[in-house]
Amino acid sequence: MALDTEKREFKILGTRPLRPDGVDKVTGRALYGADMSAPGMLTGKILRSPHAHARIISIDTSAAEALQGVKAVVTANDFAKASNSFMQDGLDNCMARGKVLYHGHAVAGVAAVSEAIAKQALKLIAVEYEVLPHVTEILDAIKPDAPVLHPDRNFKRLPEGTAANISHTTDFGHGDVEAGFAAADLIVERTFKTEATHQGYIEPHACLASMGPDGKADLWCCTQGHYNVRGMCADYLGMNISQLRVTASEIGGGFGGKTTVFIEPVALALSRKAGKPVKIVMTRDEVFKASGPTLSSLTDVKIGMTKDGKITAGYAMLRYQCGAFPSGTIDLGAMSAFAAYDLDAVHTEGFNVMTNRPREAAYRAPGAPTAVYPVEAVVDELCLELGLDPIDVRLLNAADEGTKASYGPTFEAIGLKATLEAAKAHPHYSAPLGPNQGRGVSAGFWFNFGGNTSVSLSLNDDGTVAVTEGNPDIGGSRASISMMAAEELGIPYENIRTIVADTNSLGFNDVTDGSRVTFAVGLATIEAARAAIKIMCTRVAKIWDIDPEAVTWEDGYAKPAGENAGKYDPMSLAEIAAIANKTGGPIAGHHEVNADGAGVSFGVHLADIEVDPETGFTKVLRYTVFQDAGKAVHPSYVEGQMQGGAVQGIGWALNEEYIYGEDGRLQNAGFLDYRIPVASDLPPIDTVILEIPNPGHPYGVRGVGETPIVPPLAAVSNGVSRAIGKRMSALPMSPPKILKVIKG
Amino acid sequence: MRFEAPKTTELAVALLAQETGTARVLAGGTDLLVQMKMDMITPDLVVDIKHIDGMHDITPEDGGFRIGAAVSGAALGEHAGVCALWPGVVEALELIGSTQVQGRATMAGNLCNASPAGDSVPAMAAAGAVARIAGPDGTRDCPVADVPVGPGKTSLAKGEFITSILLPSRPDNASDAYLRFIPRTEMDIAVASAGVSLEFDAAGTCTAAAVILGAVGPTILTADASCLVGTKLEDAALEKLAACCSATATPIDDKRGTTEFRKDVVGVLAKRAAKIAQTRAGAKS
Ligand SMILES: Cc1cc2nc3c(=O)[nH]c(=O)nc-3n(C[C@H](O)[C@H](O)[C@H](O)COP(=O)(O)OP(=O)(O)OC[C@H]3O[C@@H](n4cnc5c(N)ncnc54)[C@H](O)[C@@H]3O)c2cc1C
Repeated sequence: MALDTEKREFKILGTRPLRPDGVDKVTGRALYGADMSAPGMLTGKILRSPHAHARIISIDTSAAEALQGVKAVVTANDFAKASNSFMQDGLDNCMARGKVLYHGHAVAGVAAVSEAIAKQALKLIAVEYEVLPHVTEILDAIKPDAPVLHPDRNFKRLPEGTAANISHTTDFGHGDVEAGFAAADLIVERTFKTEATHQGYIEPHACLASMGPDGKADLWCCTQGHYNVRGMCADYLGMNISQLRVTASEIGGGFGGKTTVFIEPVALALSRKAGKPVKIVMTRDEVFKASGPTLSSLTDVKIGMTKDGKITAGYAMLRYQCGAFPSGTIDLGAMSAFAAYDLDAVHTEGFNVMTNRPREAAYRAPGAPTAVYPVEAVVDELCLELGLDPIDVRLLNAADEGTKASYGPTFEAIGLKATLEAAKAHPHYSAPLGPNQGRGVSAGFWFNFGGNTSVSLSLNDDGTVAVTEGNPDIGGSRASISMMAAEELGIPYENIRTIVADTNSLGFNDVTDGSRVTFAVGLATIEAARAAIKIMCTRVAKIWDIDPEAVTWEDGYAKPAGENAGKYDPMSLAEIAAIANKTGGPIAGHHEVNADGAGVSFGVHLADIEVDPETGFTKVLRYTVFQDAGKAVHPSYVEGQMQGGAVQGIGWALNEEYIYGEDGRLQNAGFLDYRIPVASDLPPIDTVILEIPNPGHPYGVRGVGETPIVPPLAAVSNGVSRAIGKRMSALPMSPPKILKVIKG
Repeated sequence: MRFEAPKTTELAVALLAQETGTARVLAGGTDLLVQMKMDMITPDLVVDIKHIDGMHDITPEDGGFRIGAAVSGAALGEHAGVCALWPGVVEALELIGSTQVQGRATMAGNLCNASPAGDSVPAMAAAGAVARIAGPDGTRDCPVADVPVGPGKTSLAKGEFITSILLPSRPDNASDAYLRFIPRTEMDIAVASAGVSLEFDAAGTCTAAAVILGAVGPTILTADASCLVGTKLEDAALEKLAACCSATATPIDDKRGTTEFRKDVVGVLAKRAAKIAQTRAGAKS
């Protein structure tokens, strides 16, 4: 759907009305995943592997089943065969089949009348394991003699000779890279390492499943996409999709980690077996061990530059580790690496290797932060060595409308140059720095996504409007959607209530991911509103007895147009709604679409960092985010996304990491030793929103949720490197690592 | 599990002494409840000492203060007398946790949890604090430094518990300070720490020094701080102190920090804490 041609003055877009979920969240009325209860409900608990890699010889559940109060025990045998290998990986991740592949991998589930009994029952399940050698690090996993996670599977697409744990490879580019390097005045080549991080949402996974003896089931859960939960669970339970209704709860953070299932199929299987509702709530320990960490990486980057800052060639080799199952995230990373640059010669390669770690789940711009970080760090080093301004160099090489992107396509209107210019002109960029302080710059990129979307909008007889959408609200989308409906209909924001419906109440919706919701659901809402407007105009034409084409919609009123202009008093939406039952019945609009035209998004971050030279302690002194939002519907939410992404990226850069022992066990499965930033660690994150309209949306909206986590890794790393006068090349830059580099 | 909340010290001692299974004292519960929730310990008996008379009192004694075993960080932090006398001990206790945790956490709990990283312990030890212990054989006093004997282990016998901790008096021109290193700014466990208590003469020369290190050994460690005595904490003396602390430290290499890092940083902390104590003491440098 294209940008509206007629230029409009927005009345509601760009304002900052109250968030519709605010009162519920601060008063505790909001219902999160763990808040749902049902009569006769049982508590579900999951037994998890103590080993990083082991064959399951046998599972004896008889003692657990015999325990008073235990109503069901399930293992992999209680699930159907999934419909394809990708779906089967999802199921095997929820319940180990044959082998456990990582510390914390589920092996059995129990439902009992109390948590204490369920816990006791877990202890009574006897699992006999044959412990196998394990591998958790990238370089170990690609060795010829590495333990192989899936020896029986044949990852056919792979070139001859690739290590048995490699599941995906990628290789693309354009231009003559060797000639490009030959033309460079300076070439910098470095290897960068990042560690796995977790999305760190505050709400643990939680669900309530209830299946009747007739096979009809309901599932309430905390998810970013309940249609996807329905599809996966129906597949794993061998059910028809129509037999399962899924309702998404309010969500306490997802960041990509709630785009798949972990406990939901287990709760359904337990409920089916027990004949009672079963609730499962993960502990934080389980969240860390068995739900979505992101990837770890080891990346070589080589970039050549002329004395005046022109990049002559770029090369990257990305190695991603995404846990125990195949993952294509490497493709997204490889495509993002050089996306911000207009290059004549660029070559990107990479592979994904499987290890004995939990299966990677999407995390905000999956694959991009770890790919952009090494490129932006090498560009920074080239700028330093050549005495060039890092923003000028980026401007000189920036991708623009018409640039052939490093990953193939040609960009439409994009906001990178405008964003770089805004950063350069901002007072932050010219503010003086003190001793032991450094300023880091980084650009970042994300594709954004549109996808399958259904929206329905209906008029109430008092002139208010109900909007029904199917995407859990993880970043304020209910407010933005109400605003877009209000803008289009010409009624106050307060007259609209937007809700997230269950899977039976609305057509299919893709998961809330890819920064797609404000873009795609917004677009569908505008179209649904336009459909309702069309009906309203037809009704009014009937009353006035004129041609429907002779009625226009303006600022919430139907007005006679053309030769009839001024002949009738305009009718408001409320007036039309009040008599709808006399003019033909209820008035509603709906729209279903597979939206494209999401429009890529760029951001630029500035980070001032101070390093204590005696301890390696870092302090983020000042941080500013510049980003193109296309059109900021509700600027506070856009700023919230920019700030939140920056903070998560800062955590990734400075302290967050999955730490494994020699035994392959995760050592820091809790917020004490998995260190996300706390409020006092951070300065206020300043934001500057740019608005370069997206040609693919009627109001020019672009997704903004993911791009802001892409630049911080390099922005902070470049800031630290400049502060200490030495180049950091591994994350997280925890104090021991920094002190070691300082001391040389 | 049995839960008891006796009103007297005698009853508490009797309950603890008679329990045949595992018994635990509950003060603020900010360690105990977490450990129970994580299935690290499953006591058969929990004895809450917060209802015993005097446990919440802060009482002047011989120029110092006797702190009841249930006095929370928040309560101690509001006591002007203690803050003026032992600012380093108060700042160490106040570093623990968040506002919520401060409303509960106690010094005696921090001490008896016997983590080498407990924040108030090096500061109390540097201050020469003395624990009063009630037990089946009556009451005894024990220097705080001798209570922890290893990670999670104390020298308390069965049936014994701490009823109060005495922070002693101190001369003029003296003060203390505590610093810890954490990678963040709060809500973390010390990677290395140092409690420093210094006395000066009227001319500003250091006459006595105690430096206690935390999180760099199985228990707190006493560093030889004699290099400060007779100096005005000039750079050379401070560098000597830092080197001595680094040499004294015997830290482990773990997820919170490397051996090398902890040894380095503990020296830096000691010298910085010494400067703070010097300023607080009003000593001329
Ligand atoms: C979120 C959070 C953050 C924290 N941050 C820190 C921190 O920054 N620094 C730090 O050092 N600690 C920290 N802690 C740990 C804890 O808060 C402190 O150790 C606190 O001082 C413990 O005091 P308490 O009164 O709560 O002890 P409790 O939990 O009641 O007891 C701790 C242990 O000591 C025993 N015990 C308690 N009182 C006595 C007594 N009078 N006699 C004998 N035995 C006794 C108990 O049986 C138990 O084994 C934190 C804890 C939490 C939950």
